[in-house]
Amino acid sequence: MGGDVLLMGAVAYDPKVVTIWDGFRAWFAGQGLAFDYLLYSNYERQVEDLIGGRIHAAWNSPLAWIRAHRLADALGTHVEAAAMRDSDCDLRSLIVVRADAGLDTLDALRGRVVGVGAVDSPQATLLPLAHLRDAGLEPGRDFEVRRFDIGVGLHGDHIGGEREAARALMAGEVDAACMIDANHLAFGREGTTPTGSTTVLSATALYDHCNMTIATDRAPAVLVERFRGLLLSMSYADPEVRPLLDLEGLKQWRPGRRTGYAQLEGAVGAFAFYDEQGRVTADNYRP
Amino acid sequence: MSPLTTIDLEGLGFEQGAHILIARALESVPAGARLDVHGRDPLLRVHLAAWCRAQGHALEEGQGQGPAGTIVKGRATDERWVGSERAGAPSATGLVDRPGPTWGLAARGALVEAGGHGPVFDLDRRDEVWADVAPRLYAQACASQWDPATAVDWDTPLEHPADVEAAVVQVMTYLVENEQAALVVPARFLGRVHPYFREVVQLLAVQVADEARHIEVFTRRALLHGEMLGVSSSGGRASLGTLLDEPDFSLAAFLLSVLGEGTFLNLLSFLERNAPDPATRAVSRLALADEARHVSFGQAHLEHRVAIDPDFRAQLRAAVERRHHALRDTSGLNEAVFDALVVLAAGAWTPEAIALGCARVQELVADMADGRRRRLVRLGFPIDEADELSALHTRNFM
Repeated sequence: MGGDVLLMGAVAYDPKVVTIWDGFRAWFAGQGLAFDYLLYSNYERQVEDLIGGRIHAAWNSPLAWIRAHRLADALGTHVEAAAMRDSDCDLRSLIVVRADAGLDTLDALRGRVVGVGAVDSPQATLLPLAHLRDAGLEPGRDFEVRRFDIGVGLHGDHIGGEREAARALMAGEVDAACMIDANHLAFGREGTTPTGSTTVLSATALYDHCNMTIATDRAPAVLVERFRGLLLSMSYADPEVRPLLDLEGLKQWRPGRRTGYAQLEGAVGAFAFYDEQGRVTADNYRP
Repeated sequence: MSPLTTIDLEGLGFEQGAHILIARALESVPAGARLDVHGRDPLLRVHLAAWCRAQGHALEEGQGQGPAGTIVKGRATDERWVGSERAGAPSATGLVDRPGPTWGLAARGALVEAGGHGPVFDLDRRDEVWADVAPRLYAQACASQWDPATAVDWDTPLEHPADVEAAVVQVMTYLVENEQAALVVPARFLGRVHPYFREVVQLLAVQVADEARHIEVFTRRALLHGEMLGVSSSGGRASLGTLLDEPDFSLAAFLLSVLGEGTFLNLLSFLERNAPDPATRAVSRLALADEARHVSFGQAHLEHRVAIDPDFRAQLRAAVERRHHALRDTSGLNEAVFDALVVLAAGAWTPEAIALGCARVQELVADMADGRRRRLVRLGFPIDEADELSALHTRNFM
């Protein structure tokens, strides 16, 4: 890895990822920053390469961020969250039931079936299951978990698992479905969950989503500072980057923050997804 | 109307369009303005948060009674339109010389967001495609559409001799071949003319549809009393092929519409007057009216073009000479077509009738040359040069 090009990893969860980062690469070049990117098929290898020094930066899921800093901590190196999208701040996951099901409290889910997303989805599996656990409902003991494992390794970036859980809810195959708030709205609009057919039984506390993770001990500081500065300078008023921001689902990059991941840290610990050294310890997880 | 600082959605939820009312309330206020959102939808709070996050607005979530939340308007909704511009004015008068590079498929007069990479329309200069008569001709074209099934009485019995019918079939076969070329040429330009010059695109589209109908009625007339079509000569097809080779819009319009279809006006008029049966006369009359519009547009466009650039006449001349040169080794008009026109006009097989038919076709050829000459003179060619260029026009008529 040369020291004159900032090399970033991104997970190819959708073909648009190429459009987005090709576009940003051209824009960075126009601003005088040599930038290139590597695509990964899953977050685990991306994080391992970040910590292994093969890439300087990783466009990480929240789960990948947790693994990255655990791995870094174990090795005595450092990572930082350099930037995040405005849309990564203060998300909420919902536990949704059918409006006519007569389920009014979380306790009513005892003995029932709860549909979740992929095994590695923070928003549709780990966070809502931890939320239920905090409320005294142990997954697998107090209720059955029905997983919709679509896009395993993509940490829930693929919407398919949440949509299948929502469909199963409407089909009566599960009693509750877990999803991010924005997807509940999207499923309502697209008709997967017709208007008025569902209600929100409970919601998690607010949490943060993706961030641009930097391997601070490995990446050239000047390049990183320029990269971060350019990300934060991108303007939605700029017609060149606006279509890329639209594709990536943000209006503005913000400085990264580490404060929005405590809930997920708790969930990762509760379900032993990774250990403290960042090793993958989850059962049945084959990215 | 003073800007709202509070909005009550009543029972309306985001799944039912609550965002439309909120967006309208935010439209008239600057970034940073605050809007209290009230409502009774049980999902309002969670959906309001998700929507604000996606739109780049900040949200102060409400607690207990009072608003579900207070939106602090972000910059993005206004920033989207920074640098946007109108794709000209909607009217066909006062057109700009060249539409903006990003206008693409936008409606003329629409507010066009800056940026993006639209399709490229290489015919994007007003003077290369326009004629002021285009909007009027398009309106005429729409008003003059006819239904091949009902515009012609297809049930008339065969009352002329069978070998005169064979001549009709041969002429129809020839017409179909010509109309195929007249369809393909504008069709090829349709995707190249910038949509900003909407009326030209519309006119070309109707022209293509006109030719499609002509192909249908000429074919149907050819097969009205039999099952076989006539012959197609290689020279005739070669002549038509040269029309398809011309990449310049104005030159193609000149060769096809002004000279070719212009010549066909005489031919269709001749058929309308001399055909032995009402169906042939009807299809000729219907096609003639359409072709006259095509000639009018081509002529008007070329008059516009030479008015602003008199030197363009040299290119017109060169196009005629180039086509003549390309065709110098071909025989021109299919002899079978020429003879069929004579028999058709004769209507019988007596020496007197054939002589009369022959005289009428000679008169037709002279009328065709005269028509071309008049159109060339209107384009500013001196009479002797018009004569010369008219004579170089293909013997295949189109």
